[in-house]
Amino acid sequence: MNDLAEILAENTESIRKQWIAEMSKGVERADLISKAELEEQSREILDAIVIGVKTSGPTNTGAAGWDAARELLRQISASRARQGFSTIEVATFVLSLKQPVFNQIRTAFKSDQDRTFTAIWAATELLDRLALITTESFMTTREELISRQQQELLELSTPVVKLWDGILALPIIGTLDSSRTQVVMESLLQTVVATNSKYAIIDITGVPTVDTLVAQHLLKTITAARLMGAECIISGVRPQIAQTIVHLGINLEDVTTKAKLSDAFALALDRSGRKVVNKSAAPASSLANLVTKRER
Amino acid sequence: MEKIPVLRMGPLLLITIQVDMHDKLALQLQDDVTHRITEHGSTGVLIDISSLEIVDSFIGRMLANIAAMSRVLGADTVVVGMQPAVAITLVELGMSLPGVRTALSVEAGMELLLGTVAEDANGTDNERSEA
Repeated sequence: MNDLAEILAENTESIRKQWIAEMSKGVERADLISKAELEEQSREILDAIVIGVKTSGPTNTGAAGWDAARELLRQISASRARQGFSTIEVATFVLSLKQPVFNQIRTAFKSDQDRTFTAIWAATELLDRLALITTESFMTTREELISRQQQELLELSTPVVKLWDGILALPIIGTLDSSRTQVVMESLLQTVVATNSKYAIIDITGVPTVDTLVAQHLLKTITAARLMGAECIISGVRPQIAQTIVHLGINLEDVTTKAKLSDAFALALDRSGRKVVNKSAAPASSLANLVTKRER
Repeated sequence: MEKIPVLRMGPLLLITIQVDMHDKLALQLQDDVTHRITEHGSTGVLIDISSLEIVDSFIGRMLANIAAMSRVLGADTVVVGMQPAVAITLVELGMSLPGVRTALSVEAGMELLLGTVAEDANGTDNERSEA
């Protein structure tokens, strides 16, 4: 066991040089990381490994002596996850240390097969463990990244826009599942309170399919809005969806539905006592006359 | 003992719930409201729950009950100012309060009850002119 510690401590510099050479053969990503940075990282890690082997032994990577090395590997793999390295590249970063270490062991013990074998076995076990730690923290960082993006997507995809004084629109894009409905419902109701809006148009043009579950989620949102004193209009019902709704026997009779967002907006304007008029009334009426004449 | 005040404003009754409702208080309120409606001949009841942050199924049913009782006595009920969280909770509890009218603010609720809502007037005008 102490053999390995001695070999590592005595030959740190030559191991490091061989390691760099090894990496430059296979997995060096000059586009993602600079040579200087790589050398700096390899020096730090090697030093930390030497300290770890000396204080806690090569097999006990969970011990306090390995804290520095573990922390360092975590940092490096986390930063590599962000830089865009692949899992193989990150794992090979540690594993490519094997050959330099084995070379040193061979030169140190030459014909003593027993010691060579013991030292190589200890080194393999150690480096495998370190590689696993690296890969694990790489994955953790990736997962954090994915879940953060998911959260952002969730927030991005539910904007509530104010169309007019007292009229809100909520364009829903993508499938409505339970967690999304919750976010949609909350942001809609918050905005209803904040803007004191009596009408909310839920536009489902971007919802690919409406099944019973989606319809139930929609109805929940509409009921909650009604309890607060706001009225919901569903718009953007595509022909396909209208057919699905009827075939599934979903009851949307208590809800006002419109085919287009513009229709729903016109209805909301009308219900709030507003009317859109053409600025130049005369040409409009003459146009109307023209149309009626033609019809005759 | 604390009591929820029932204020008379012309033909309306205004009830502002500003304390956490417990069951006894809710029952007392039902009693008070029905008595005041008959006493003053009120035509509308406005329940402001904008400060109510916690509801359970009992309070939800109490709101529905007050609305139903008032209707029997000839008065309309409007619940105003429900918080988003409260609305979501009631929906999740499966209480959509079908018989209760709602409004965003006391002002809107009052307009609704007094029947002087501008939009309604405009709406009927439009219908007439179109006809």
